[in-house]
Amino acid sequence: MNYDVIIVGGGHAGTEAAAAAVRCGARTALVSFDVAMIGAMSCNPAIGGLGKGHLVREVDALDGLIARASDEAAIHYRMLNRSKGPAVQGPRIQADRARYAAAIHAMLAATPSLNVIEAGVDSLAIESGKVTGIVLGDGTVIAAASVVLATGTFLNAKMFRGRKVEVGGRVGERAATTLGDQLRALGLPLGRLKTGTPPRLDGRTIDWSRLERQPSDVDGWTMSPLGRRVLPQLFCAITRTNIATHDAIRAGLEASPLFSGAIEGQGPRYCPSVEDKVLRFGDRDGHQVFLEPEGLDSHLIYPNGLSTSLPVETQIAMLHTIVGLEAVDVVAPGYAVEYDYLDPRALDHGLGLSALPGLFCAGQINGTTGYEEAAAQGLVAGVNAAAHARGTALMRLGREQSYIGVMIDDLVLQGATEPYRMLTSRAEYRLALRADNAMTRLTGVGMAAGCVGTAREHWWAKRRADLDRAHAGAADVPANVAAEVAVDAQYAPYLIRQESEGRSLAASDGLRLADDLAWAKIPGLSNEMVERLTRASPRTLGEARRVRGVTPAALAAIMVTAKRSHG
Amino acid sequence: MMERPTIFARSTGALPSAIAIVRVSGAAAGAALLALSGKALPAPRSAVVRKLGDPATAALLDTALVLWFPGPDTATGEDLVELHLHGGRAIVAAVENVLATLPGLQPAEPGAFTRRAFENGRIDLTQVEGLADFLAAETERQRAAALVLAEGGLRREVERWQTTLLQLTARAEATIDFADESDVGTGDAMLQRDCGTFANHLETALTNPPAERLRDGVRIGIAGPPNAGKSTLLNALVGRDVAIASPIAGTTRDIIETPVNLGGVPVIFVDMAGLRPATNDTVEAIGIARAEAAIARSDLLLWLGDPANAPSGDHVLRIGTKSDLGNPNPHTDLSVSAVTGENMTVLIATIAERAILLLPATGSLALTTAQQVHIRTASDALARASNQPDDVLRAEEFRTAMRALDRITGTADTEAMLDTLFGRFCIGK
Repeated sequence: MNYDVIIVGGGHAGTEAAAAAVRCGARTALVSFDVAMIGAMSCNPAIGGLGKGHLVREVDALDGLIARASDEAAIHYRMLNRSKGPAVQGPRIQADRARYAAAIHAMLAATPSLNVIEAGVDSLAIESGKVTGIVLGDGTVIAAASVVLATGTFLNAKMFRGRKVEVGGRVGERAATTLGDQLRALGLPLGRLKTGTPPRLDGRTIDWSRLERQPSDVDGWTMSPLGRRVLPQLFCAITRTNIATHDAIRAGLEASPLFSGAIEGQGPRYCPSVEDKVLRFGDRDGHQVFLEPEGLDSHLIYPNGLSTSLPVETQIAMLHTIVGLEAVDVVAPGYAVEYDYLDPRALDHGLGLSALPGLFCAGQINGTTGYEEAAAQGLVAGVNAAAHARGTALMRLGREQSYIGVMIDDLVLQGATEPYRMLTSRAEYRLALRADNAMTRLTGVGMAAGCVGTAREHWWAKRRADLDRAHAGAADVPANVAAEVAVDAQYAPYLIRQESEGRSLAASDGLRLADDLAWAKIPGLSNEMVERLTRASPRTLGEARRVRGVTPAALAAIMVTAKRSHG
Repeated sequence: MMERPTIFARSTGALPSAIAIVRVSGAAAGAALLALSGKALPAPRSAVVRKLGDPATAALLDTALVLWFPGPDTATGEDLVELHLHGGRAIVAAVENVLATLPGLQPAEPGAFTRRAFENGRIDLTQVEGLADFLAAETERQRAAALVLAEGGLRREVERWQTTLLQLTARAEATIDFADESDVGTGDAMLQRDCGTFANHLETALTNPPAERLRDGVRIGIAGPPNAGKSTLLNALVGRDVAIASPIAGTTRDIIETPVNLGGVPVIFVDMAGLRPATNDTVEAIGIARAEAAIARSDLLLWLGDPANAPSGDHVLRIGTKSDLGNPNPHTDLSVSAVTGENMTVLIATIAERAILLLPATGSLALTTAQQVHIRTASDALARASNQPDDVLRAEEFRTAMRALDRITGTADTEAMLDTLFGRFCIGK
């Protein structure tokens, strides 16, 4: 067997990578421990949100899967930040888990020439410093010009609940231990991160009558402009923790692996466990909890906001103090996962590993959290793995162009000290990068990179014609086209100012830095500065500016050195 | 990377002088000293006497005090040699000519020594900026202000502003990125008020008199109708004949600027053409137009004409001249006679007193115009933010403000900052 691209992992990153590589014309195989688990939503049943909804729309504009699968499975639609400006409105859906996975399975099945292989990957095949394929658990070698690692939390994964520790990345599934050890042995910079998930509740034991309901939006928008609403809509509900909840949590803290030192990995600040919240915001008398349905045919309810790794008894005691949950049954307790991640500063802007040509990484392995972040990286890694195999130009998306570009630039220059989550505030060109204009920004780019299929191309041709007519003043254009043009006009003065700021900096920030620049030899740089720059290896002055902690004086020193070497 | 040339230049003032110091900086500095002195390098950082000769002809150039500072712990971060020569024009020229013939040596461009100190990490940017002023400082006040800058006072102040702004930004962004999530209230009612307060704080910093006034001097205009005695007064104030003073009306047809250290306060007296409503003399007409512009630019104006015709404003001091000729006008602020010296001491004290109030206080932050422009941008953006009801657009104003402050510290726009910076030095600095 001989492939252009092999994808390791069938989560949100792996499936997007596989589908994108195939769209780009690469002979592609996707390898997963358990084919039935492909497309699983392992944590919350929601897709989208602030910043994340932008990513979903961008992946969709590049003809990815996540938005269309979301529409197939959505049982609740909510446009976040509706009261705020259009730039920061984030589309989010609650998905029926089973139907979401089924939609992904169906799309992959309809993807011509994609081979799905059920196997564990033992290691990467490496020859003369290049990746040449993978070695399966049974010793089979599968050759490929590019390999995409999208192993999620499965590298050396450990699960924690109270004092119990198990090896594995998801309940009932194993960990990729040998692969993790191989990456470590190759000298790749690996670290530990942790994430967590809340207990799953039986919805039939919740007293819904006492809770505030949040219905699905009625105005009919969809995640993908090519998608449509197909399922009946359910409601979510809102409740709160209270003083009694916090007391119950404090009583069980002693047995928490977070505080006993059992977990070394840094968790996400933006999605902390409930015990973290209680400890860090001790003065708060309550935290909001969203009760989200997991599916049309499921009684399971996901209590968003209650991620925890406390012992099971403590989880139950804590839940029973919450309004509406006084008699709730816990179907599966919450737990924390600690896993290896690769310091993403070792990657280039195409998500390739600079030190090991042919290897690409996407998703949680790069220190991110979230389905949407994973899917976006998967798409970029898949496109670039295909380009690498075929010797064509890599696709690189800019910060001024997309949230995807912002995320990758942040990751490869700043690294991840906690699981990286997309936020609108990370995008300095936020007013231009909206969820409603993702296709205008990116579909053409995707077509040039070869990752856009014909159905989308046809749709885009029509959309573009409508946009052109709207700009020319035509009134008979679809409402969403007119809305996009109107929002452009609303933000125009700010966008113009931003553009002129950008232009005045472009000359200096565009200064190329030599690929082999010896940071240590630049006079006036502290050791710490040299270490940061060496890890991130910025290629322009603008990139150096974005490396965390680099001072103005250091930047000026870098600039004069670079100019001198240019002669 | 190409080896940089070793640079040399005289770093002391105009010749002839008692001593002239020539500095040589770069990898070939030690070799240059060897070549000139014909002897081994002296112990680092100790002054020794050496006979300096032309290595090509063995002709003696001078007997000089020389110092050897091996890099990198030197002012420029490179090997550095100082030659303390006798300050005759011929001697200095001869030494410079010989230095220019040595391999790898070339004359320094303006600011080249400071630029190397910066490039070699010996000083940071705000230190560079302060240094230019420091080297040019002539009065105690100028020196103190430059010292605050050179020690990083500006950088620290701007960093405090950046921290404040960062906190405001975090609050603004929290209402956007976490609004629907939980735990963050729907709005931050205090935010608009707090950013108004911060805008006012920056406004206050902007009311600090500009650094240029300190560097160049307080501009004191001397204006009035022709033959009011402006030039005579100027000459009496500065104690030498700088302006042509003659009884023929309209003698001063252009602007004459005279920088003076008035009791420790740097001032510039600006003598200008007499103001007459209409004139047929085009040269004089141009002079009058310039005078009107100069009046507008004056920090303090001595008006020597009819007090009733004086320009309005707090900065105008109405002076009755020629008090020795009698008939003092009761509406003037002060009557003086440059001829007899009557009230001249009072006038000088009054000018110094008024001028000092126009300068940044000793040890306070003196901002250049470029810095003021950036702070103004930040302050305006914050003022707009305090009235902006849209959370996202308010956050956008914060971004504008932050970028403006970043330009001052060089966090943004490295290029522009360096360009303006080194051009202000003179050769040898």
